[in-house]
Amino acid sequence: MTSLRVFFIGGLTSYRALFYWLTPWVYVPSLLVAPIFQILLFAYIGRSAGLESDEFYVIGNALQYAAIPCVFAMGFAIGGERYQKTLGSILVSPARRLPLFLGRAVPVMLNGAFVAAFSLAVGGFLLGVDLPASALAPLALVVLVCAISCTGLGLINGALGLRVRENAVLANIMFGLLLIFTGANVPLDQLPGWMRAISEVVPLTHGIEAARLLADGASLGSVDHLIGQELLVGFAYGLVGYGLLRFLEWQSRVHATLETA
Amino acid sequence: MKTGRLVWAGWKFHVKSLTLSGFFLLTSAIQPVIFASIAFFMFKAGAREGTLLYVSLGAGLMGIWSATLFASGGAIQWQRWQGTLELSIASPAPFLFVLLPMTLASATIGLYSLTGTLLWGRLLFGVPFEVAHPLLFLAAVPATVIGLGLLGLVMASTFILWRNANALSNLLEYPIWLVTGLLVPISLLPGWVAPLSWVLAPTWGVRAIRDAALGTGEPLAAIAMCLALGGAYLAIGSVTVRYFENLARDRATLSLT
Repeated sequence: MTSLRVFFIGGLTSYRALFYWLTPWVYVPSLLVAPIFQILLFAYIGRSAGLESDEFYVIGNALQYAAIPCVFAMGFAIGGERYQKTLGSILVSPARRLPLFLGRAVPVMLNGAFVAAFSLAVGGFLLGVDLPASALAPLALVVLVCAISCTGLGLINGALGLRVRENAVLANIMFGLLLIFTGANVPLDQLPGWMRAISEVVPLTHGIEAARLLADGASLGSVDHLIGQELLVGFAYGLVGYGLLRFLEWQSRVHATLETA
Repeated sequence: MKTGRLVWAGWKFHVKSLTLSGFFLLTSAIQPVIFASIAFFMFKAGAREGTLLYVSLGAGLMGIWSATLFASGGAIQWQRWQGTLELSIASPAPFLFVLLPMTLASATIGLYSLTGTLLWGRLLFGVPFEVAHPLLFLAAVPATVIGLGLLGLVMASTFILWRNANALSNLLEYPIWLVTGLLVPISLLPGWVAPLSWVLAPTWGVRAIRDAALGTGEPLAAIAMCLALGGAYLAIGSVTVRYFENLARDRATLSLT
């Protein structure tokens, strides 16, 4: 019962605290307008290079942009507590860590899914990409799954926040690497073999592929393996993130480095 | 003379200070390399293979713009956090010349991006770095840095009034990359974009650097345009800095906005 309260009320409080600084003045330019321009930039580079259709870039970049709210917000979940001087209080509390951190992850996932869905809708509208009506519900599912897997990666970023002060740098690097390795902008078969191998185990790759197939008229049943793989990758990252969080928390206690990282 | 010394000392101080920021350096060096890699792959795989040096130079300029934008957004905010904004404003030196070295220094740090993408392109993608007009290239680079730094000054001045200037600077990154033709020829964009691109220094900066490197077009004219726009930005900046500074004093919002 206590764990449920920590999960829901803690998560909700953390989400509301996020809006202490995430005002519309920050939210709209950073999370709603910027992804549209990212889509436009790559769609035009694609046109210039004569590579893929606009639909390819709209789907790839809209889904990839879920990484910004998910990876950054999970980083801030730790960094923000340190900045507000509440990290120590949280870590000495008897609350179980799993509901504590998962509670913070749920609003982040939902926000990430909203940002990706918004970018997909507006980017598609601006570039005249028609998505079949039958694909909308399955696409919504894929968007949510992508947000879940990005939040798993975000948990790793958050955990590293116990060791690294500026994990926004790390989040930026993760975002950039996802831009290359997920096939958001370069078809995977055009990447060198070692990059293709990495792309198999990073979040978003399978989700983006599934979304593109759905947009081309494939049924949900025909892409369920891709959705499953995406979920699996997300859970694996989440598990690693949680393990890292516990390990680095323990390390911080041992070396008294909680506030010095 | 005093002004020149202030700008020179401020520029040196901020270049050193920004060089010590891991965040700033990583963002300046890694982000453009990532964008350059994507563009290399896209042009290599595409039906119309572009000149990879063209892409490399454009990606380097993207980094200079990002660095300028990031520091312009932060120039006021960082001072506000550190409690030095009031001191800077109250000092006898005009605030314009306190702000100017910061934005020039951030554009200068952006040179890491240009160097990084050129090296990356050479080492990993075999992009040849053969400059057609070395002297013009050497003139084009500082002219671009000055043009971008002065554009940063105009933006930084307007950010005096806003607490969330950093978010607005996030907003301006992709659009400027797009409309100034850093990676996409302006002719591919809708017609109304071209006049907009003419008043933005990165358009002329990238044109000057590319023309000098590839031996196309008229690099001297582009350098002149970049510097002329820089002069215009300085004039606009001197008015806006004074206006927004007075507004912030009147509303007592210097540290509270």
